[in-house]
Order: sequence, then structure tokens, then C-alpha cells
Amino acid sequence: MGIVVEHLSKRFGDFVAVDDVSLRVERGQLAAMLGPSGGGKSTILRMIAGLEKADSGTVELGGARVDHMHTRDRQVGFVFQHYALFRHMTVEKNVGFGLSVRKVPEDEKRARVNEMLKLMNLTGFEKRYPDQLSGGQRQRVALARALAPRPRLLLLDEPFGAVDAKVREELGRWLRNLHDELDVTSIFVTHDQEEAFSLADKVMVIAKGRLEQSGQPVDILDQPATEFMARFVGDANVFDSVVQDGVALVGRVAVPVRDFENGSAVRLVIRSYDLKFFKQEDGPAIVHRMLYLGDRVKVDASIEGAGPIFAQFPRRSSLLRGIEPGCRIGIEVTLARAFAKP
Amino acid sequence: MPNPAASSKRPPPWALRILVLTYLTIFLFAPLLALGVESFREGALSLWQGITEPESLLALRNSFLLAAIAVVLNVLFGIAAGLVIARQRFWGRALLDGLIEVPLALSPVMVGLAFILIFGRTGWLGPWLSQFGVRVIFSFPGLIIATLFVTVPFTAREVIHVLSEIGEEEEMAATTLGASRWQTFWHVTLPNMRGALSCGISLTAARALGEFGAVLIMGGAITGSTHTATTWIFTAVDERNNGAALGLSLVLGLCSVVLLLLVEKLRARAHERR
Repeated sequence: MGIVVEHLSKRFGDFVAVDDVSLRVERGQLAAMLGPSGGGKSTILRMIAGLEKADSGTVELGGARVDHMHTRDRQVGFVFQHYALFRHMTVEKNVGFGLSVRKVPEDEKRARVNEMLKLMNLTGFEKRYPDQLSGGQRQRVALARALAPRPRLLLLDEPFGAVDAKVREELGRWLRNLHDELDVTSIFVTHDQEEAFSLADKVMVIAKGRLEQSGQPVDILDQPATEFMARFVGDANVFDSVVQDGVALVGRVAVPVRDFENGSAVRLVIRSYDLKFFKQEDGPAIVHRMLYLGDRVKVDASIEGAGPIFAQFPRRSSLLRGIEPGCRIGIEVTLARAFAKP
Repeated sequence: MPNPAASSKRPPPWALRILVLTYLTIFLFAPLLALGVESFREGALSLWQGITEPESLLALRNSFLLAAIAVVLNVLFGIAAGLVIARQRFWGRALLDGLIEVPLALSPVMVGLAFILIFGRTGWLGPWLSQFGVRVIFSFPGLIIATLFVTVPFTAREVIHVLSEIGEEEEMAATTLGASRWQTFWHVTLPNMRGALSCGISLTAARALGEFGAVLIMGGAITGSTHTATTWIFTAVDERNNGAALGLSLVLGLCSVVLLLLVEKLRARAHERR
């Protein structure tokens, strides 16, 4: 069940929530919609489900246009950010709801509900009410409920937004496995880069209502199409400079730049992990602070004549040898992305 | 732990407690106590005779009937108002939301007068209605209108509040699962309103039983016809009919206590299911 969205737009009053977005997800893919909060991801998801009416544009599911189809006929499973479980129904009734309203025979319904509960590791919780469950359990009930009527498509709005970091990672892995097992085309919305890149087959980055870039996680990481993308993915340093003989100078640090003519003004985006720092008596930069972030160390420094720069290294990295606040360092930029200065 | 230096300057914590208790004693416990003691002194027989005399029975019947009518109509109106105000988006919605609470702020006597201007003998609709032999003022329909006016806010407010708080996502979820509008209302929205409706019913009934000003003006407290429990107590006090006055007061008091306990219990339960 592939999804094709063409030129989708939506405004709320004067606010343009979604601005001419086109995207496609192939049959069986697990796709992530990634972007800052309030960027329009959820609105797109809701328009695919028919919960929100698009101002213009089309949505195709499995090759057929569904724009004029009511939500209840689209056969889309939707998992809400805050689960939206029916609070007055037991787990069993929640999961069976989609089958009940479609008048599925009682014994068939019971079998399917039990199958879903087993799949979600919820056996034994049939008679519980939502408020008697943990966050992770509610999440799984919401998934079971969405999947029970065998939807053609599964849409998840910030599925792990309301659980803590540890459970989040676990649920993420589990969702990936589940997806592979069930083979249902899925899109999940997230603002967590790690989650998007580690789980999805395809990542679509949405910001300010527009699709910035879409593709496989590796491509998005390594080939940011725009300055926004280069800055958005990972933690980045940004400098303005001018190219001379394939090199742009940032203070006294030489940054290799290809594909720009002499004299062109460029904006350099340098990710915090594409840098090497080393101790150097007359180096072009000074270290200010070192932050120990668990398995990584973040080093804040400043380049004379250019401004602050930061880098991240593994905790025991040899690159950190001899580096301490106040010392002078040399900097090697292993990879910089240059964009024509706007 | 209170810091000793600070607590020596501030009034001790029990001072405030005594203030609150004194206030409640004067305005709540004392009158209830007086009612109880005086009823006891009056004697059970006198009270029973007071309650069962024909005018008292008529007044009680009128009051309970009015409460029942108010409850039924307010449940229907409350559901409709909840769906309109908490779920639909339209211009003037906030205004409508505010209007529903107006009866809480208006004096029932004033409103009674306003209705007389509409339904009275020389009012806007009065002459026209009398052509069909319908009399509103000084008859039972007048009592109904008065009671409905003062009870409008209770159920609707509870339902609107609960629906806004719960939000629309459960209903959206039902729709994605294939439920029709009716199925969504019946299986999701209505059960979510249940607590609000129960609270609304209790408050409406209590308010309907206790209303005095509006039913006095619109019903006229006519002996043998439009007395309600409250207007009959008022008349009985005037006529030094202590048996009826105390007896009916006890009945009303008892109903209120039961209804309030019910509200408390329902609120607590509704809170649990959240």
C-alpha cells in the first residue's frame, strides 16, 4: 500500500501549516517524518488519514485517490501521541472496537483481539482500564487497537513522545521488528533525529511546512541538500568565509572547499564530529570548556578572528590528549559542507 | 518544619482553623441545628400531619414533578449544548458559552418579572396564547419555565467542561477505526459524558427543589394549584403552621443532603477514571 502525496497545502487562518508538500512512501516501507515541533508533520499525517481537510493537493493510497473519502473508509490505522485510548473501556474492548463497529462476528473478533494482545505482549491485561496501565503498555494497546482491523496503512503521531528515554529506545526497536513482521506500510512522526535515522527506511525532513529533503537515512546524513539540512542534522558549527584556491579560511584555520570559484562567498557548515583538535603551542584557537556528557566529551573553543567552535569526541579519544581549558589548539576540519552565501 | 523564629511572629495555624469553623457554625451548622431541634420539639406527629395535609402534598408533588421535568430536559439540552459548544467551531461560540451561565448571576425574581412581560395577560405572547386557552403565568407551565430558566447552567456546564477537557482525540480515534458518527457518539462521547451528566442531574434537581423567587412570581403561589414546597413553606410560616413549615423544610433538607452526597461521590468517581 504505497502512499503518494502531491502538492498538499493547509493553512490555519494566516498561519501556513503545510506548504506545497509532495512525498511518497513505497509499499512496506517504514518512513519517518522528522522535523522541529510545529513544523507541520502532524498536520500532514492527519491529512493523510482524513482527520484534517487539505486546502489543496491530493492523497493517493495504493494507487487510488482518497481525498473525498471519509476517514472511516480509508482503512488507516492511527496511533495518537497521547494514545487516545477509550478511557471507559477495558483493554479488550479498546482493541476490539474497530472490529465491533464493523460488525465482525463475535468469535472472529475475540480471536483477532487475542492474537493482537499476544503480539503486543498484553495477555493478562484484557480486563484492565487504560488508567491502570503504564505508559508503554498504553502505547501498545493503542497500537493493537489500530492494527486489529488490518489497516492498509499505519500512521503514528510522535508514538514515543510521552514515554521516558529508556523505554523510548526499547519501544522503537520493538516497533521496527513489529513492522518487519506485519509488513504494513507505516509513517511515524518524530522530532528525535536518532529515532528517525535508526528506525526508518526513509526519512522525510519537514520544517516550516515544507519538505526539506527526503531519502534514505545515510543519504540525508551525508548529503544534506540545503544549508538548513546541514545545520539541522547533527550539531553544527557555521562560519562565513571566502574561497581562495580551494580553501576557505576561518581565522587561521584552513577549510578545504571544492566546487567554488576563487572569491566566492560561502557559508561553511561543520558538524561537531567532523573535527580534530590537537594541542599546538601557537595554534589558532583556545579551549574554553570541556563538558563531560557520559560517553562523549564536548569541547568549546574559539578560533581567533572567527568566533566560537565546538567539537565532540568519544570520552577516551586520543584526540583529547593534553587538551584542557585554556590551552591553545590546532584544528583540522575533516569534512565541511559549503553553500553559496545567501 | 516551621522555623521557631518565624512562627512566634505569625498567628498560630489553629487560629485560621477556628475562624473557618466559627464562620461555618454561624451560617451553616446553627440554622440546621435549629431546624432539627425545633422539629423535635414540634413532635413527630405534628410534623407528619404537616407534611401530609393536602396543600403540603400538592406542593411536594409540584416540586418533585418540576425537578423531574427539569432533569430530563436539561440532560437533553446539556448533551446538545456540550456537542455544540465543546465540539463545533463557529463564530460566537465563546459568547454562547458565557450566556449559558447567565442564570447563575441573575436574580430569579427579576427573571420571573421578565417572563411575565412576555407571557402575562398583557404581555407579548400572553393574549395570543390565551386564544388557545393556554395560560402560562399563575399556572403550572409558568412554574416549568421558571424552573427551567434557573436550572439551565448546571448540566450544560458540566458537560461542556468535561468534553473540552477530554478533547477530541478519542472521537478521532473512533473515526479512524471505522465508527460512524452515531457509533462514535454512542460508544465514546456519551460514556465520557456520563459523570458530567450524573453531576448535572443532581445539581439540577437540588436547584429545582430549592427555587423560590421565580416560581413565586410566575406561579403566584395559589393555594390548591401552584404552590411548590418552597412557596408553601413561606406561606405556612406566615400562617404559623409550624408543622407544615418544619416538616417540608426537613424533607427539602434531606433531599438536598442526599443529592449533594451523590454529587460528591460521582465527582470522586469521575476523577478516578481520568
